[in-house]
Amino acid sequence: MAEALATIRRVEGMGMITLRGALEQIGPVVSDVTGIALPECRKITGAGDRQLGWMSPDELLCVMPVADLPAILAALQDGLTDRHALVLDMSDARVIYDIIGAHAEDVLAKLSPADLGAVGSDDLRRSRAAQTAAAFWRIESGFRVIGFRSTADYLGALLHNAAMPGSQLAPR
Amino acid sequence: MLALTCPCCGITAEETEFHPGGEAHLKRVGPEGADDEFEAYLFARKNPKGAHIERWRHSYGCGKWFHVARDTATLRVFGAYTTQSYGPPEDIVNAIRQSYPDWTFDRNAAE
Ligand SMILES: [Zn+2]
Repeated sequence: MAEALATIRRVEGMGMITLRGALEQIGPVVSDVTGIALPECRKITGAGDRQLGWMSPDELLCVMPVADLPAILAALQDGLTDRHALVLDMSDARVIYDIIGAHAEDVLAKLSPADLGAVGSDDLRRSRAAQTAAAFWRIESGFRVIGFRSTADYLGALLHNAAMPGSQLAPR
Repeated sequence: MLALTCPCCGITAEETEFHPGGEAHLKRVGPEGADDEFEAYLFARKNPKGAHIERWRHSYGCGKWFHVARDTATLRVFGAYTTQSYGPPEDIVNAIRQSYPDWTFDRNAAE
């Protein structure tokens, strides 16, 4: 019996803060508070469970364990009081899945039209998985995928289906 | 397949990651306009075979709107540029004229 292309794991206990504003104004504060270097266009910085992602010319995403979130959220709001900025706890609106395994890229390639060959180790790629918005970046042995909590079951089902044993893309 | 490069985030992606916004640089006609002008503003759109300028939104990416000049017959993209403009920049006009030497941007629609 063939093995699944990759292990799909729903990641719990992570928090996300969305920041919007002019990045040249809010960036230094965000970097100070989180202790993570500011990501350049389309990049993600930091490591492990604390990361900072570039979402758009006026949006950053801060990912951290949910236990650390209240302190970081308060520090960000405090640090940005004198600047035009949005700081919002988006944790409840999001879901995270990890795709881990030798054929993790195949799983994602079936669902997203993104050119995965062009996604480097420090890239944050916003795209879609079938009919739902998803963003992903490379982690050890695979990808971390974030999506909307409202379509979490759909995204999970897609990923499990795309990882079906014996369904890798390269010729056997 | 149509592939676009978003000028706001630099990603090159295929068309389903974007949402089309129709003809670009429309001249708005308000309540003071004549009925036929208002009707034309709401409903009349160019539908050329060849060079066309459209609005697109990077809906599955950075979320920003931008302008695209492309060939509707071949899907060749002449270039993309910011929405903070009243017409295509010179380099894109030049790119279009390499395929369509007589092409001019209809400034009347964009004043
Ligand atoms: Zn974009």
